[in-house]
Amino acid sequence: MKRVVVTGLGMVCPLATNVEESWRRLINGESGIKKITSFDVSDLACRIAGQVPSERVEQKSDSPFNPLNYVGAKELNRMDTFIVYALAAAAEAIKDSGINEATDEEKERTGVIVGSGIGGLPAIYDTAVTLKESGARRVSPFFIPSSLINLASGNISMAFGLKGPNHSVVTACATGTHAIGDAARIIQVGSADVMVAGGTEAAVCRIGIAGFSAARALSTSRNDTPEEASRPWDKSRDGFVMAEGSGILVLEELEHAQKRGAKIYGEVVGCGMSSDAYHITSPLPDGNGAYRSMREALRSASVSSDQIDYINAHGTSTIPGDFGELRAVERIMDGKTTASMSSTKSAIGHLLGAAGAVEAIFALLSIRDKVVPPTLNLHDPEDTFIDLVPLKAKERSVKYALSNSFGFGGTNASILFKAF
Amino acid sequence: MSDNIADKVKGIISEKLGVDIEKVKDEARFIDDFGADSLDTVDLVMALEEQFEIEISDKEGQEIQSVEDAISFIRSKCEK
Repeated sequence: MKRVVVTGLGMVCPLATNVEESWRRLINGESGIKKITSFDVSDLACRIAGQVPSERVEQKSDSPFNPLNYVGAKELNRMDTFIVYALAAAAEAIKDSGINEATDEEKERTGVIVGSGIGGLPAIYDTAVTLKESGARRVSPFFIPSSLINLASGNISMAFGLKGPNHSVVTACATGTHAIGDAARIIQVGSADVMVAGGTEAAVCRIGIAGFSAARALSTSRNDTPEEASRPWDKSRDGFVMAEGSGILVLEELEHAQKRGAKIYGEVVGCGMSSDAYHITSPLPDGNGAYRSMREALRSASVSSDQIDYINAHGTSTIPGDFGELRAVERIMDGKTTASMSSTKSAIGHLLGAAGAVEAIFALLSIRDKVVPPTLNLHDPEDTFIDLVPLKAKERSVKYALSNSFGFGGTNASILFKAF
Repeated sequence: MSDNIADKVKGIISEKLGVDIEKVKDEARFIDDFGADSLDTVDLVMALEEQFEIEISDKEGQEIQSVEDAISFIRSKCEK
């Protein structure tokens, strides 16, 4: 099997619209979670979210998102926001990796797997209203291609001329992690030399918030103090905070990367997947599915749990989810560990299908910069022997970093990176 | 009145097909000159319907392939 390394990173998230500024703010302990002012929330139980900084959203970023930096005005009609975020993050990752200078032949060996949890939910909502109020003749010919999940991968392939394997992952909140794992395997077996992989999401809209609220998944008790609402493992947590954005990684076959002298962030050494086979939204209380996902990631890399330095947890800030994952990590560590585990959702909220990809990027940057990001708002943690990196980032060297993602439907994925 | 229609039609074409308004000449064809595809032309016809509060059948819509076609079609509909 061929070895796979990461050579490019790109990100749009509630902290900023590029990797380095997002990372700097994350390590600084800043929060991207704010009150929602861009649409009516008066009848919603949850009125906060992690929205990408832009003119319509109040966020203190140096890089407010302007879609026209990435797509023409005409093309913008053809894609819902989740696709635009993916194009923006892909542009950054591809430029970062240097594969934008690839030959036509190399582009035929370069593929894309970018997934999304929900895809064009705002477009589906708006079009349903148009259909009801104005009739079928007013439905846009761009409605279907603007909302289909695989059109993120499709538009990336068109924008950058990438003619290798092209598909999409849909595993709810595990999407981003599964996409990286699947893309790595395509390279491992030699079906492509380079894969653009990740996740994207833009479902922070009335129907999205209303839906997750109805499922009792969101935090509703801190609408007036939004920066304190996402508090993984804190005993007073009460649900997750929805967020949006995209994370994209360029994965590359090791020799291919070395031959062109590419910068290498780390190696993808393991990937684990499992299913709870239990419930549509609730995870197993003992975290057994999460445990088996991590165990498989370690087994596939021939790495033991005591070698892990950092875990970027799924850690959404829901009561059962955080508890199950904590039990699973305690079990995999077999009673003692020097590893640190944090949840960056405490700062940026839950990017659903983009979460795993954005968090994989943070895990790789913790390897590069020898610092692990904090779990914000963790004042009163659940009892555990695990270091949960409360409140402040921690300097420490990281050789092996694991990133977990778990999704509705009981799907679990873990990806293991190693310093290169 | 007629010039007003032509200006409005050209404005919609410019916006929907992403073409500078100066380039929207009477003889220009959507597919050959502006790189439009079949979805663009459907979208354009829908925008014309909405702006001029008229109904354009699929058959009529397919025959609108140039700026001139669009202007003369809208004139004939609006002047009836």
